[in-house]
Amino acid sequence: MVDNKQQWKAWLYLAPACILLLVFTVWPIFNTLRMAFLNGYGNMAAIGGATFEFGIENFVKVIEYKEFLQCLQNTAILCVATVPISTILALLIAVALNSIKPLQKTLQTIFFLPYVTNSIAIGMVFAAMFNIVGLKQGSAMADTWGIINNVIQFFGGEPVNWLNAGSTYVSNMVVMVIYIVWNALPFKILILLGGLQSINKQYYDAAKVDGTPKARVLTKITIPLLSPMLAYVVITGFIGGFKEYSSIIGIFGDKMGPADDAGRLNTMVGFVYDALERDRQGRASAAALILFAIILAVTLFNNNVIKKHVHY
Amino acid sequence: MKVVLQNLTKIFPSRDKKAGKEVVAVNDFNFEIPDGQLVGLLGPSGCGKSTTLYMISGLQKPTSGKIFFGDDDVTELSTENRGIGLVFQNYALYPHMTVMQNILFPLQNLKGKDKLTKEEMLDRAYEAARLVQIDELMDRKPSELSGGQQQRVAIARALVKMPRVLLLDEPLSNLDARLRLQTREEIRRIQKETGITTVFVTHDQEEAMSISDVIVVMKLGVVQQIGKPQSVYDDPQNLFVAKFLGTPPINVLEGKVEGGKVYIGSEAVLEIEGVEDQEVYIGVRPEGLEPCADGKLTCSLNNLEVMGRDASVVASHENAISPVIRAIISSDIKIDPSAQSVKFNVKPHKFFIFNKETEQRIYFEVK
Ligand SMILES: Nc1ncnc2c1ncn2[C@@H]1O[C@H](COP(=O)(O)OP(=O)(O)OP(=O)(O)O)[C@@H](O)[C@H]1O
Ligand SMILES: [Mg+2]
Repeated sequence: MVDNKQQWKAWLYLAPACILLLVFTVWPIFNTLRMAFLNGYGNMAAIGGATFEFGIENFVKVIEYKEFLQCLQNTAILCVATVPISTILALLIAVALNSIKPLQKTLQTIFFLPYVTNSIAIGMVFAAMFNIVGLKQGSAMADTWGIINNVIQFFGGEPVNWLNAGSTYVSNMVVMVIYIVWNALPFKILILLGGLQSINKQYYDAAKVDGTPKARVLTKITIPLLSPMLAYVVITGFIGGFKEYSSIIGIFGDKMGPADDAGRLNTMVGFVYDALERDRQGRASAAALILFAIILAVTLFNNNVIKKHVHY
Repeated sequence: MKVVLQNLTKIFPSRDKKAGKEVVAVNDFNFEIPDGQLVGLLGPSGCGKSTTLYMISGLQKPTSGKIFFGDDDVTELSTENRGIGLVFQNYALYPHMTVMQNILFPLQNLKGKDKLTKEEMLDRAYEAARLVQIDELMDRKPSELSGGQQQRVAIARALVKMPRVLLLDEPLSNLDARLRLQTREEIRRIQKETGITTVFVTHDQEEAMSISDVIVVMKLGVVQQIGKPQSVYDDPQNLFVAKFLGTPPINVLEGKVEGGKVYIGSEAVLEIEGVEDQEVYIGVRPEGLEPCADGKLTCSLNNLEVMGRDASVVASHENAISPVIRAIISSDIKIDPSAQSVKFNVKPHKFFIFNKETEQRIYFEVK
């Protein structure tokens, strides 16, 4: 039995953490809910003495916005495209890394470098690689192309306008997908490599004794035994994907799109920031709650799928 | 299918190049395993039993020497083409597959002319499962089985493709004592029923003695003795083999041969012929010591343990190398437990002498 004095002490020790949590987590969540359900809420207006009615107008507004649908679409495309690609690539790289002896440590380090590098910096490098530098005299066409286009030209292809003014939505998305996959790889490789190294080598010896072809070893032994790691990587991948924002900034800057079509690549989180910038806290909160609901739904769905296919 | 090992040697290179100390895991192993027999590979930990087994399986390549299955040289043949079944020390059942899927797995890998239809595979899987009596457990996952059941699944998986040679690496080490007894009988039965040449690794001499047709005793990568369990026990070629086999272990004492007599301390315990005078180690099996009022070996009596049919006399002697001198006698023989000392006579065929340097057996004739 803990006496009262002891309890008082315990609360004292817990207080700093509790207060921080209350101020920076619990209160903001509560406040988000409150603002989302006050029609047309804005902080400046609130300070100016305006009052707001309780209602769901913010949600209706958000959903009616053409921009919002664009953001939702961008986010969804990025998620659906990048999570499977990066997971499969990470799996293949991890399996390859795990099966080589010499240089394994060195290659592991190289593959992990992007993880410890600032993603905005990587974004700028990617932007430069895909960029068009300089304009041909008297023509709108580019003169010097970025390294990607140089490579395409070297192999006899036509250069592509990836992300400058006049570029297409599809080519923008291709750049984004490549960049996000590149960024997501190190963490996934690390997790999967760890998983692979913890698989008992005797399973592979047993498979060898039975003359199991390589592909069958991968699909029937490695992947099932790795499935908890794969599940983790996919779920966190989707959650991260829905919160995508900084990678767009990294490539396109805060215009969130090519020069002639700003905002074309905006995402859900970007939409929330935009609303905040315009003192529309009510609308921002509503959008944040919608994003939360989507992430929750997708994660629950993932969990259900995983229960059927993951072997612990 | 007989299996022939010819000058089989495995050297593991040292890990750090500086030290340059390589490990000779198996050293010049020569042996012909007769067709259809159960061979027990026996030795203390690290003596190269698993390495030998893995070389026969093809999972490890020998540094030198050859392996034949029948008359075929399989030394360069890859594992999957050798037609072996291997049961790993911890079974290595695929945890995400049911028992059925585990047993089917090797069959599904067959290709070309060996390819089976679905029905044939199921038939074969059930046949193997019935043989090891797990046909009721086919839908379970390995984690839902007891250790003994897992072990039988592992044997079924190894047997299902009808291997030419079955290899078992300490298959009983994860089982409790009772299950171990039961399972080793089962391995014996399965081996007799299938007639597959089987190599069985263990560090438990009792296990090896009880089920093997032939045992191979190894030490530090070198084969010490090969033979029928009883004849190796009765006729050990060196001190190591004598000490390794038998429970309770053999009594070892220091002594000498002088003028046709074997002395322990100042007592002459046996008169022999054909051995030069020298210092020796003496080994006497516990059942080779008979208490006797006019016995020639005097030991101080520690205590008497009566275990039903048998009794065990625990004594000590200043020349003993083993911590105690133990004699197993019929409990009918009465010994006064409060006596200070006990006198023994030795049975000559349970009494061995070994060269002090080489520890090799010195053969003698009883006068
Ligand atoms: N891959 C390896 N690299 C280096 N040395 C090894 C390797 N595998 C085994 N050894 C060494 O070879 C020797 C024999 O090993 P082995 O596994 O055959 O022993 P064992 O008789 O099966 O022992 P246990 O009863 O403990 O399983 C040991 O000294 C061991 O340290
Ligand atoms: Mg071993």
